Amino acid sequence: MRRTGALALTTLVALAAGACGSGGGDGDGGTTTITVFAAASLTSSFEQIASDLEAEDDGVDVQLNFAGSSDLVAQIQEGAPADVLASADEASMDKATADGLVGTPTVFAANTLEIAVPPGNPAGITSVEDLGQDGLNLVLCAPEVPCGAAAEAVAASAGLDLSPVSEEQSVTDVLSKVATGEADAGLVYVTDVIAAGDDVEGVDIPADANAVNRYPIATVADSDEVALAQEFVDRVLARTGQDVLAGAGFAPAP
Amino acid sequence: MGVPRWLFVPALLGAAFVLLPLVAIVARTPWSRFLELITSESSREALALSLRTSATSTLICVLLGVPMAVVLARTSFRGQGVLRSLVLLPLVLPPVVGGIALLYTFGRRGLLGETFELLGLQVAFSTTAVVLAQTFVAMPFLVVSLEGALRSAGRRYEAVAASLGARPTTVFRRVTLPLVLPGLASGAVLAFARSLGEFGATITFAGSLQGITRTLPLEIYLRRETDAEAAVALSLVLVVVAVVVIGFARQGRSAV
Repeated sequence: MRRTGALALTTLVALAAGACGSGGGDGDGGTTTITVFAAASLTSSFEQIASDLEAEDDGVDVQLNFAGSSDLVAQIQEGAPADVLASADEASMDKATADGLVGTPTVFAANTLEIAVPPGNPAGITSVEDLGQDGLNLVLCAPEVPCGAAAEAVAASAGLDLSPVSEEQSVTDVLSKVATGEADAGLVYVTDVIAAGDDVEGVDIPADANAVNRYPIATVADSDEVALAQEFVDRVLARTGQDVLAGAGFAPAP
Repeated sequence: MGVPRWLFVPALLGAAFVLLPLVAIVARTPWSRFLELITSESSREALALSLRTSATSTLICVLLGVPMAVVLARTSFRGQGVLRSLVLLPLVLPPVVGGIALLYTFGRRGLLGETFELLGLQVAFSTTAVVLAQTFVAMPFLVVSLEGALRSAGRRYEAVAASLGARPTTVFRRVTLPLVLPGLASGAVLAFARSLGEFGATITFAGSLQGITRTLPLEIYLRRETDAEAAVALSLVLVVVAVVVIGFARQGRSAV
């Protein structure tokens, strides 16, 4: 009885895994597949870079998985099949490097913070100092996530003690609270303000008061498709990739 | 009466599927740091906030859900079926959709937001928003289980009481309510449990700030960013609370 149960359980798991598509780089029809794990803020840029690569080479399929950087590292730690990791901060990448999960990382882009306000800027925010106003609905990322650590750095360099009404899990949560007008202001990345279009307005933070987040990329040590993984990394670092990133608002690697 | 033997295989499989992940949580729990992790200030504040808001939303569910269940079970009017389905919608709606809906209702620019603002009430980013989110998702649990209890209790005793001259309010208070009290209790426990686990609507609508809006599920989600062990330890706390709550609900059921 017990053996039947175990067997059936294995079958069920196998069925469930099969239903989710045969991932991995087995070359049916000569197609080589790589999976790129990338920080959520890279979504539009990496989709562009991946489709450029696929358009040039019929035999290549790039699967993209976007999430928060520390989530991505946690997934790779738990054995998720990835070939490339691109994170939004060096701290997350350092964790992966320390565990020997990835090769040597290279910084490929940088992102800075900007104040996002709802269209029309109802609270009249013009500078970082304005974020200290009493009664302002200010929303930040929690200090535990990269955009929150950057927000803390900005506040510290302005000598401000900010009291947000909410510390969100991700930069997209901050952005949506501002876009819906629930929040009067929020600190997000420059690239987020550009991606949000007309939903929010941006108020610049001077470079000397801003925090810079460096984005590292690396191939995953366990990858079955090392050559293709490296090709993707090279493309991100090459002129074409850098142009796509610049178009999304990223600064070049410092 | 025998159960077909082959039925045990899928039944065991189902049980294993539900129980195995719980075993995995226990196996991963960092016992050496467990007490320290679950008694940190942010953990205690999150648990206290969760218990407080869940108790409040359960109370609101009882105050509004009992009349709803009675109306649905004891009256018939045109469109009642549709109304029942709509009221139960939060049961099947993804919580994040509930959060967006609440935002467009009670948010600053929502349907009622301006009225609230004129009254000097700000719902966004307050503990009130957490309670609203929890009440929204938990209400159907109370209504469903109470309506079921009302229907299976039947109307005989109520009819007798009415024929003896009791007025509707007296019948409701002295006959109907006592009859379905166990059903009401288990419904309330389920509503409490659902409130305790609420995540999607809260993070979408209320935000996340320690002691104000960061309930235990939100704290667990945030802790994963930096300290996976702390997230596991807090998850176990929530599992234990859930087991206790289900125990209560079962007692309520078996008394019916």
